[in-house]
Amino acid sequence: MLQRLKYARIFISGCVLIIVILAFLGMPGFIPNRFFVNFLTFLQFIPSSLKFFSVLSFAAFGFIIVFILSLLFGRIYCSLICPLGIFQDVLSRIGKRFRKRKIFRYSKPHNYLRYGILLITVLSLFTGSIFLLNLLDPYSNFGKIWSGLFRPVVISGNDILAHITEKAGIYWLYPVGLKALFWQSLIFPFLFFITVLIMSVGKGRLFCNTICPVGSFLALVSKTSIFKIKISENNCTHCGKCSVVCKASCIDIKIKSVDFSRCVGCFNCIHSCPESAINYKISFLKISSNKNIEPAKELSFKNNSGNEIINKNDESLITEKIQVDRRNFLGRILFFAAGSGFIYNKISAARIIPGNKSGKYNIKRNYPVTPPGSYSIENFNKHCTACHLCVSICPTQVLQPSFLQYGITGFLQPYMDFTHSFCNYECTKCSEICPTNSIIKLTVEKKKAVQPGKVIFVKKNCVVYADETACGACSEHCPTKAVHMMHYKGTLTIPEINQSICVGCGACEYACPAKPFKAIFVDGNPMHLTAFSSKDKKVKASTIEDFPF
Amino acid sequence: MKRREFLTKSIGAGIAAGAGLAMVNFDNIGASEKLSYINSNLGEYDLTAVMGGEPAEMFDKAIAALGGMGRYVKKNQKVVVKPNIGWDASPERAANTNPFLVKRIIEHCIQAGAKEVVVFDYTCDNWQLCYSNSGIEKAVKDAGGKIAPGNSESYYHPVVVPKGKVLKEAKEHELILGADVFINVPILKNHEGATLTISMKNLMGIVWDRRFWHRNDLQQCIADFATYRKPTLNVVDAYRVMKQNGPKGKTVNDVTTMKYLIMSEDMVAADAAAAKLFGMDPKSVDHIRIAAEMGAGRMDLDKLKINRIKIS
Repeated sequence: MLQRLKYARIFISGCVLIIVILAFLGMPGFIPNRFFVNFLTFLQFIPSSLKFFSVLSFAAFGFIIVFILSLLFGRIYCSLICPLGIFQDVLSRIGKRFRKRKIFRYSKPHNYLRYGILLITVLSLFTGSIFLLNLLDPYSNFGKIWSGLFRPVVISGNDILAHITEKAGIYWLYPVGLKALFWQSLIFPFLFFITVLIMSVGKGRLFCNTICPVGSFLALVSKTSIFKIKISENNCTHCGKCSVVCKASCIDIKIKSVDFSRCVGCFNCIHSCPESAINYKISFLKISSNKNIEPAKELSFKNNSGNEIINKNDESLITEKIQVDRRNFLGRILFFAAGSGFIYNKISAARIIPGNKSGKYNIKRNYPVTPPGSYSIENFNKHCTACHLCVSICPTQVLQPSFLQYGITGFLQPYMDFTHSFCNYECTKCSEICPTNSIIKLTVEKKKAVQPGKVIFVKKNCVVYADETACGACSEHCPTKAVHMMHYKGTLTIPEINQSICVGCGACEYACPAKPFKAIFVDGNPMHLTAFSSKDKKVKASTIEDFPF
Repeated sequence: MKRREFLTKSIGAGIAAGAGLAMVNFDNIGASEKLSYINSNLGEYDLTAVMGGEPAEMFDKAIAALGGMGRYVKKNQKVVVKPNIGWDASPERAANTNPFLVKRIIEHCIQAGAKEVVVFDYTCDNWQLCYSNSGIEKAVKDAGGKIAPGNSESYYHPVVVPKGKVLKEAKEHELILGADVFINVPILKNHEGATLTISMKNLMGIVWDRRFWHRNDLQQCIADFATYRKPTLNVVDAYRVMKQNGPKGKTVNDVTTMKYLIMSEDMVAADAAAAKLFGMDPKSVDHIRIAAEMGAGRMDLDKLKINRIKIS
């Protein structure tokens, strides 16, 4: 019965991977129902726990489910729910063709490394920055890879195909068009992908058991799991079939032991065993018994002294290492704090409009604009894991990954890029999809009352002022008429702004044709403000009774 | 490369069209001759104006008065209908052409034997949202037409505007370049930059670099382009009219229901009449005045022959 668990795992993980990939590819028409996407991101450990601790609400208890699942069955999260984990399985499977050695083999755990990274990551959170967490979170990095690297490839492929089919008069495919692609923001996802690719093709789940902080945390949890995969002493024939299919390299067949802290719950071993000797077993004893005594007990049964030495060494070395790490990394954390403070200062000191030779003014934002629903830049930077799900989903592609626009603390977090697009007035998709608490869900009505940034008009750059010809592109695109045209000269009209009703959508900035510098732009509000609504009176009903010509 | 591709493509289309014509049987030709005879009687008007009906109903009357759509659309021809679908707004807000009108025009084209009727616009807001929320995508599909995207530069091919003063070249959508019949279906609206947006301004939705127009004397560029591209027919939707905050508008408060429709082969005449409906002197709308001066059409409404149809 349990031998079929592998198929259940493949089925579930396949569905998860497909849904999450489709969401991150963001191809209009192929984005899965929000319900599925939200459910899967709800279960993602880091986003869910960040949301939980920021709103202190049990509405974000996804990570508790994962925690309980791990307490019961070990790290099945890594094989069933974590998209990066499943993705590595796929890479590893494909990579098998190019690998000399087609099988896996037991290797010793890299405990210093994995628990060290976990410790540093946890400690780094006390600086108030989730920078390090963002660099290592498996879900968010999966997102960055698919949104940043694969999405452009798929969209370009679609567009080429669309042009071919359209020549034949078929219009069911259409070019989506990439609005912007900043190579700087792709460096990190690319390096991360290469690392994961090499590690997974060569050594299965090595990444999950050395670098991933979620993996390491769940490893600690799974040490106390109620059900554990164990080799039954009596039935095992030492054939080693389980060990060679173990992508976590955690089955040491020589001593018939499974390092359950590294087991990712793929159930390949259970499936492979001809004697049904390896399986889930209840481990109540382990939970209640003393850790130091327990392995010794087993040992006396096994009559194998080598095992005990390894275990003991591990335990003592970890505690030693932790002490050393603590000292080492306190210094680093201070460095981080100082660095982030420095960069924050630099942003605030930026000038809006330095002069320019051409008589026109260069424009520079004081603050980048965060999406509506993020409430403040600080809130956004604190909670966004930069998974780029909103970037993929955004129908106008106004949301783009930043590079260092927010400083190091907001590394790669999305911002509103008005040079290539603008935020749709009626759209709240990013707030509906965000798995952390960085973009809080908004209704359309509420969104229309939020001001993430406000419009600034630079008259000297304006076509109407400089050339005395009609334009009005900014006002044309403005959904609230925070930019409207006032009588200027003759039949000419010139923009006039009303910041109090501006929703900071950036449509004016996007539409402005002025060169070399835009005449109108949106500067971010570090704290989002209220956009007041201005209600125009109903126009007079038409009074023409007959043709006026 | 693209231009060459396009040229070969359009030559191919031309040959196909020629072959199609050659194969038309004689009965049909007789019929169309008859039709054109009737048309020449009815069609001496420069402009047709209808008031007091529903959008589709008013178009029915107007096109019937001209002897039916067969006057413009011949068998197996490719028709492009270009409404204004610029904004993500519901039909009630009158930011986009009335979907019922678009639907009826397509139905008439198909009835007249059009090979295909394609609808597109280079929208300002996100195009998928514009197409669906304007109700036009559904209207087109219901009527049996095709809706095509216009928001990718690859569709646009360079053209020369010989009489243009400022706008000497532009990039125009390949559907327009490959069409036999081009029906321009603007909606009459207030426009804070261009004063009004009607037929001529609606053609900004068939060219790529609109920022150039805005940067280099918008009103002149609109008139320049009108000297080059002349739609087969212009149908101005003035059923609901946006009187303020145009061209996007904020709410239904910007809109008043007027129930007019204007139809003309002359864009300038159509726009001049529509300006009058709006309550403005056509001369005070710069692009109408300039276009008339440049000879793109006529704005002297009192000298035009106007067919006035009232539905009560």
